[in-house]
Amino acid sequence: MNGLVPPFDFHRVVIEPWTTGFPLTIWIVLMGSLVGIACGLVGNYLLLRRMALVGDAISHSILPGLVVAFLIFRTVNTPVMFAGALLAGLLTVAIIEFIQRQTRVKVDAAICIAFTSLFALGVTLVSAAEAAGPVHIDAECVLFGEIALIPFDPPVVLGGLELGPPPVLRMAAVTLVLVLGILLFYKELLLTSFDPGLARAMGMKTTVWHYGLMTALSLVVVSAFESVGAILAVAMLIVPAMFAAQLSTHLPTRMVLTALHAVASAATGYHLSVWLECSAAAAMVVCGSVLFALAWGITALTRKTGWIDAPTPENSVRQSVAAPPGSGADQ
Amino acid sequence: MTARRCRGSCPVRAARAASRSRIAGVLLVLGLFFLLPDGAWAARISELTETTFTGRAVRFFTLQDPSLRFALTGSVLLGICCGLMGSFLVVRKLALMSDALSHAVLPGVALGFLWTMKKDPLAIFLGATIAGLLGAGLVQALRHTTKHKEDAALGFVLASFFAVGACLVTMIQNLPEGNKSGLDKFMFGQAAALGPGDVQLLAVVTGLTLLVLGLFYKELLVTSFDAGFARSAGIPTQVFHYLLMLLLAFAIVSSLQAVGVVLVAAMLVIPAAAAYLLTDRFGWMLILSAVFGVTTGVVGSFLSFVGRNLPTGPLMVLSATAVFLGALFFGPRHGVLAKWWRRRSRSARIGRENLLKAMYHVLEQEGFRGETIPIRHLAEVRRESIEDVTRDLGRMQTHGLVSFTGDRRAVVFTPDGWKRACEIVRNHRLWELYLTHAANFAVDHVHEDAEKIEHILGEDTVRQLEKRLDYAHRDPHGRLIPGRADDYGKGPNVPKP
Repeated sequence: MNGLVPPFDFHRVVIEPWTTGFPLTIWIVLMGSLVGIACGLVGNYLLLRRMALVGDAISHSILPGLVVAFLIFRTVNTPVMFAGALLAGLLTVAIIEFIQRQTRVKVDAAICIAFTSLFALGVTLVSAAEAAGPVHIDAECVLFGEIALIPFDPPVVLGGLELGPPPVLRMAAVTLVLVLGILLFYKELLLTSFDPGLARAMGMKTTVWHYGLMTALSLVVVSAFESVGAILAVAMLIVPAMFAAQLSTHLPTRMVLTALHAVASAATGYHLSVWLECSAAAAMVVCGSVLFALAWGITALTRKTGWIDAPTPENSVRQSVAAPPGSGADQ
Repeated sequence: MTARRCRGSCPVRAARAASRSRIAGVLLVLGLFFLLPDGAWAARISELTETTFTGRAVRFFTLQDPSLRFALTGSVLLGICCGLMGSFLVVRKLALMSDALSHAVLPGVALGFLWTMKKDPLAIFLGATIAGLLGAGLVQALRHTTKHKEDAALGFVLASFFAVGACLVTMIQNLPEGNKSGLDKFMFGQAAALGPGDVQLLAVVTGLTLLVLGLFYKELLVTSFDAGFARSAGIPTQVFHYLLMLLLAFAIVSSLQAVGVVLVAAMLVIPAAAAYLLTDRFGWMLILSAVFGVTTGVVGSFLSFVGRNLPTGPLMVLSATAVFLGALFFGPRHGVLAKWWRRRSRSARIGRENLLKAMYHVLEQEGFRGETIPIRHLAEVRRESIEDVTRDLGRMQTHGLVSFTGDRRAVVFTPDGWKRACEIVRNHRLWELYLTHAANFAVDHVHEDAEKIEHILGEDTVRQLEKRLDYAHRDPHGRLIPGRADDYGKGPNVPKP
């Protein structure tokens, strides 16, 4: 047990990262926050639709998508890998729906069957391909990932202005697309998540919105896995959204809380990982879970569910549905 | 390979292993122990001298390699244990619980390692079981004290426990002993690296599962299918829930070494889901699921053995997936193909019956003066082309319902065809009469409903309807209802065609 927990040195853990280690710290914390925000925003909708574990399924089935894309195109460049993983994510959703619709196997078993089979296929393909030649995919890397190991050099330079490392910019772009998408289609996403029956009656194509959301989910998971790994991406999807749902019943408030939670857990998590010399992504999730536990404790002690927001659940839903799209976000 | 060296040199472990083997012997799994070898074992199943497929296959079936014997015994035990537990998970809709728990045991594995500072199966087993039970308890607590649904609770436990475990594992890897810990093997498992301790652990867990199932089969069955009834009958459902969770944690922890964190859930759920598609009896489902588990374990080991550099766990899962796909598509009752075939043959029968009815109507319009039905006339009634009607009639002829006249311009009923036509028309008109008389439908609202029900009404229902309607002769539109005697051509209502 000796030496497992390093002594807590205030200067090394708290001061140093923001002084001498600043260039590294800022990018890691920023990356962690962006992953948390992007995943958390989608996670809010997953939670509403009771589909939290579909995120788990998609994050695992990325592996065969990466391997097949690699075996076909023999390259590890980002767009190819990205497309392969995205398609694998959508395929998982389609398989789950097929099993659930065509047989009497329930959705939980369908999810389990779909992603474990695809993951096993991916691991087997990697091993088989390794016999033929070097494969630049490691199943363990897909599962774990490490935020401190993603390549921060060289930074993208645009017109003499140093913007930042490419992975962070990529994640920022995904987050931006996601925020814009949610602002544009706020009403549709809200209605199809809360009351699919009414949405259908109003002429909305619930299937289209379902697959749209699943595409967004695949997108964030694919862009998140290289920094946090497939399993911890699930945490980034669920934990911030659960934290927000614990404190608020109002969806826009929840979105804001999700983002705050993501930033807070990224910052505290980084310090924890510096102290314990452990994986930064895992430490961020641990801190996020502790934050959720605090929120849980507060609601349990005060016996009040919507701790932050004023409107009652009925009111907030009615107001948001009645509001024009986009304007609901700032109520 | 620290584990191998330790296993050879450590007398305490040998003694402990011997005592565990005695416990296992009590639990009716003695039969499997003749397979347990005593000597050296290879790290990977496929580290072999034979290069040809048949050479390897022969070597597989003659069980020459001790490592293979371990791996195979482990796979068989794992198949039984996971298959049995998986059946409960599938019918209780807890499939994802296995996924959550298999990830949640990681911190327990790490703490178990820290306890002894080496890869001791028993310490890791204890740590992981405690972590698994804590995870199961936390899921229940989240569901009961917050408004989060089960999926969120499972996801939270999965992710947060796993994160703690990942932190611990990376911290262990910083230690001088940590690099050799072999904890990374828990992610994907390595059936080839199963040692005697692991296999004995699996045997004990499998024996315990069988024992609990044998003692409490009835209670577990009732709790799984009708929790409300079980509670009213005085069965402590919560106790049995946690008993199942305990067994599940045992199964997961003892299988981790072989198939790894991610794929344990597959070995639990996929064989059971395949069995669920094939039978409606829970007893059979348990047996089938265990058989599938064993089969996929053996097939996976075989493929891994004959293939080069192929991992065992994923191959087991892929063979389980193959079994599931087989059940999914070719299952006799719930299979996709069987359902498609049933739907197709039903719509074909309805098509035939509608044509018979149209032929009856043609005869009825003529006042049953003749027996032959001109195809041209039939086509007019059906509003189809003569070619289409002739083609359909050709199919009816192969079913022995009609026969063509010599010039193929008209058809007549065969006795079978006439009987079925009378039945369909009777069903239709009786139902119309029933709806207007007993259910107070308007006369012009009953036809559509009767069009559907006429193909479904059984003999018994028809008898009841006739009795209820006092053996009426005419339907609401005033047309005659063919009586039963008409089927045989001697009824009073309709002359023999």
